[in-house]
Amino acid sequence: MAEKPFRILPRVTGENEHFWCGGREGELRFLRCQPCGTYVHPPAPLCPDCLGKDLQVEAVSGRASVLTFTLNHHPWVPAADHPYAIAIVEIDEQPGLRLMTNIVGCPAESVHVGMRVRAVFEEHEDVFVPLFTPEGA
Amino acid sequence: MERMERRAALTGAGQSEVGRRLGRDPLELTLDACLAAIEDAGLTTRDIDGLSTYPGAMGGNPGFSGAGVTEVHDALRLELEWFSGGMERSGQLGAVVDACLAVACGLARHVLCFRSVWEGSAQGKGSRAGIGLSGGGGGGSFRASGPPMEWTLPFRAYSAVNWIGMFAQRHFHEYGTTREQLAGIALNARRNAALNPAAIYREPLSLDDYMSARMISTPLCLYDCDVPCDGATAVIVSHVDAARDLRKPPLRVEAVGTALRGRPSWDQFDDLTTMACRDAARMLWERTDLGPGDVDVAQLYDGFSFIALSWLESLGFCGKGEGGAFVEGGGRIARDGEIPLNTHGGQLSGGRLHGYGFIHEACVQLWGEAGARQVAGDPEVAVAGAGGGPLAGCLLLTRL
Ligand SMILES: [Zn+2]
Repeated sequence: MAEKPFRILPRVTGENEHFWCGGREGELRFLRCQPCGTYVHPPAPLCPDCLGKDLQVEAVSGRASVLTFTLNHHPWVPAADHPYAIAIVEIDEQPGLRLMTNIVGCPAESVHVGMRVRAVFEEHEDVFVPLFTPEGA
Repeated sequence: MERMERRAALTGAGQSEVGRRLGRDPLELTLDACLAAIEDAGLTTRDIDGLSTYPGAMGGNPGFSGAGVTEVHDALRLELEWFSGGMERSGQLGAVVDACLAVACGLARHVLCFRSVWEGSAQGKGSRAGIGLSGGGGGGSFRASGPPMEWTLPFRAYSAVNWIGMFAQRHFHEYGTTREQLAGIALNARRNAALNPAAIYREPLSLDDYMSARMISTPLCLYDCDVPCDGATAVIVSHVDAARDLRKPPLRVEAVGTALRGRPSWDQFDDLTTMACRDAARMLWERTDLGPGDVDVAQLYDGFSFIALSWLESLGFCGKGEGGAFVEGGGRIARDGEIPLNTHGGQLSGGRLHGYGFIHEACVQLWGEAGARQVAGDPEVAVAGAGGGPLAGCLLLTRL
């Protein structure tokens, strides 16, 4: 991976640590409702489907598809890699299980809707930011 | 079902000086707009018994709020029966909707509603500050917490232009919408702004200018982004029974839309080709026998051009996915077109008054006071809608 860009990091708490730090073990993790199997993101105290509270942290495959994206050209903060790709990806395990992320490891101009990607992690202090790269890369 | 909002009417509208960077006290600008609206209605400060604003006082985000309820209340020594300020509501115009409900329920008779910004001055040399950067400083020790910042800033999505750019891109993908089409929104705004002395950017803007403009966040270029400014807007919401003998013919609130049925999020909304305006607009038409074909002027949020396109589709001025073709060339949305849009120049060319420029212009057009930009044919029905992403609220006003 190229030189790491500046990132504003999230405040890590007991509720979100599985998501932001799972990359230490190379895993993309979400809360999952044990009785009904629903993945819940962002983290919440209960399952939105069955309203149950038996949520456990589980890893997913990290495979995903790009739902949409934008190439950011504007220098909000100095960076060497403009334009860079911001995307919303949907995780294979569940329709609607999505997150905003960056697509890395490929030319920004090659990013497209429907692109198959897999999770990679970029370490910053205690945080492993989940990013995505083309599936074959 | 009784439509409570029909007991409410718009009876006055006012605006302060509006400029790119005025360097003036934001509270003074706010009070200028408030006093203008009160006078416009033929009222005095003693008649005002309600106060409502978006987003209320905010310390951490310079320029985003020029004044809260407390400052205006005290400066004008108002005697209030009801007041409300805050941003967890149906978009920026949610504060006006709430005022309608307050008068309809008898909590107040004349509610002063205002919105004040000084983002132009706050952002200094004209570089548009990103959301969060302006609030958090972007320093190494700052950490993003809670929605939406925790789920956007770590991915270098510093601004709403990134978030809206992704909605626009999905629309482009599913419906074949193009930049040439989207340009219709910005070019229409500029043509209208040329006839509005209070608008900020009034020089002609061509399709070539648009197509060659600096890209900000694909597919949105510089001219798809509104212009931060300093200024304040105010309107008076009165009970219809208290509105009859005022200076202006009251503009009855025919219907409001406040719904948000999808997830309240920039990245988790179920349909990435539309936004919360879908839900607010659907609700609006559920509350009236009027339909899109009855509307004479539409004043719809264009914080980014794509948001206005999304409002046009949501309100049924064209079909879902047809917004690109509808605005292409700008003829249908021109002042003499099917549905005149953002006749004051919108926020794209008029200035980012954050939702309240639209309700102000809706009133001005219905009162026939728009001067050179007045829509012909004595418009009787106007719709004003504000908000992008998970923010949306709209009102249908009528002289009928
Ligand atoms: Zn469940």
